Amino acid sequence: MTDSSTGTDATLAERARSGDRRALARLLTEVENRTRKGEEALRALYPLAGGAHLVGITGAPGSGKSTLVASLVSEARKRDAPGAPRPVAVIAVDPSSPITGGAILGDRVRMQIHASDRDVFIRSMASRGHGGGLATATVAAAAVLDASGFPLILIETVGTGQSEVEVAAIADTTLVVQAPEMGDEVQAIKAGLLEVADIVVVNKSDRPGADRTAAQLRAMLTVGAQHDRAAAAAGSPRPKRPEVMLASALTGAGVPALLAALDRRAAARAGNATDEAALKRAEAQLSGILAERLRARLNDAAHRQSTQATLRRIARHDLDPYSGADELLAGLSGSDLA
Amino acid sequence: MTDAPTRPIKVLIAKPGLDGHDRGAKVLARGLRDEGFEVIYTGLRQTPEMIVSAALQEDVDVVGLSILSGAHMTLLPKITAGLREQGLDDVLVTAGGIIPDDDIPALEQAGVSRVFGPGTTIREVGDFIRANVHRREE
Repeated sequence: MTDSSTGTDATLAERARSGDRRALARLLTEVENRTRKGEEALRALYPLAGGAHLVGITGAPGSGKSTLVASLVSEARKRDAPGAPRPVAVIAVDPSSPITGGAILGDRVRMQIHASDRDVFIRSMASRGHGGGLATATVAAAAVLDASGFPLILIETVGTGQSEVEVAAIADTTLVVQAPEMGDEVQAIKAGLLEVADIVVVNKSDRPGADRTAAQLRAMLTVGAQHDRAAAAAGSPRPKRPEVMLASALTGAGVPALLAALDRRAAARAGNATDEAALKRAEAQLSGILAERLRARLNDAAHRQSTQATLRRIARHDLDPYSGADELLAGLSGSDLA
Repeated sequence: MTDAPTRPIKVLIAKPGLDGHDRGAKVLARGLRDEGFEVIYTGLRQTPEMIVSAALQEDVDVVGLSILSGAHMTLLPKITAGLREQGLDDVLVTAGGIIPDDDIPALEQAGVSRVFGPGTTIREVGDFIRANVHRREE
């Protein structure tokens, strides 16, 4: 179970917390592989996490997410930036092949300027079959980095389309990165990705058309104050009204303002007793773990046979899947679920 | 869940030094992806320190170094020494590119497990990694 280079479970977590980057990297591997060791370390570390600002960065492939992340890291590491220099962690997710399970994790290419900075920790993650733009273990990895002393954690999703919105469920702040000239006003009023943004960044603002794109997004995303008031009065869900900001990861223009906007959000969150983002993240984690545990129970030695029998009946259309689920749940005794 | 029973092997592909020819590294990265590896590509013009730091943070099983500049006798031993210094002595190190046969024994002495020359197939590289990688106990 233990070897000389990693030590015991407890010390791996302790060493990660005391600044041992090697131990931190190994612990992230355990968490990523969802081993028992990783789970035990998380139990120890979770109470110590919760202070970091988790920023999700999402957007279409090629919109410049990785380069923007690298610029934000540079800004946060500047001596004269407000609150800086502070340690920054990056989790960069890229897709796994659905065919071979292999992956190319290429986000580091844009971030390697920070490779020799001890207080910048960059970790690539393959999605390993998980949909939604993240990997199953992304939120757990963020908790480990949080507990290990990184107050700012940037989570870059895989390049997304219109509806990979999972990152918004686990991040405190969601940045949606857009490139100029990627669609007209109708794109901006479609449901999905843009709806979950706290900040929409029109990246590549050095390119022609960026101002126009930002103006169109602003016009479409910021309308609806009247609707918001009515929805608030009725207690029904209200869409977010994101800030639209221009930035150029290439020239650095707009990046200080973007980091300042992130810090304002972090500060507002710190003084907020009912932190909705933290609640949503708790729910996302809990439902994922519950589903995993339930699946494991249904396939353990005591239940595998009845689970397989139920599956075959559903496949033959002798049983509908809802009744099948009810039967299986009823078949688990109280102690099974404990 | 779609998780594979065994986790994929993680490979860092890096280009140390100043030559700007990364076609080979990219083709290899792509090929190893198709062989089922998780490949982290760091891009061009990496210093030994950057490569060691990336290997450490990513906790990779293998570091593959592509070099065509002729500076391999200087750079590769610096990388293997840096990995050892950081406690990454269980990481498998391979190299490829234009490396004269006469230099290979010294590189092996320095901790490069295998030097792949021109004409190597992706499958050979994949098989070598699978046969020689040091897997940790789970």
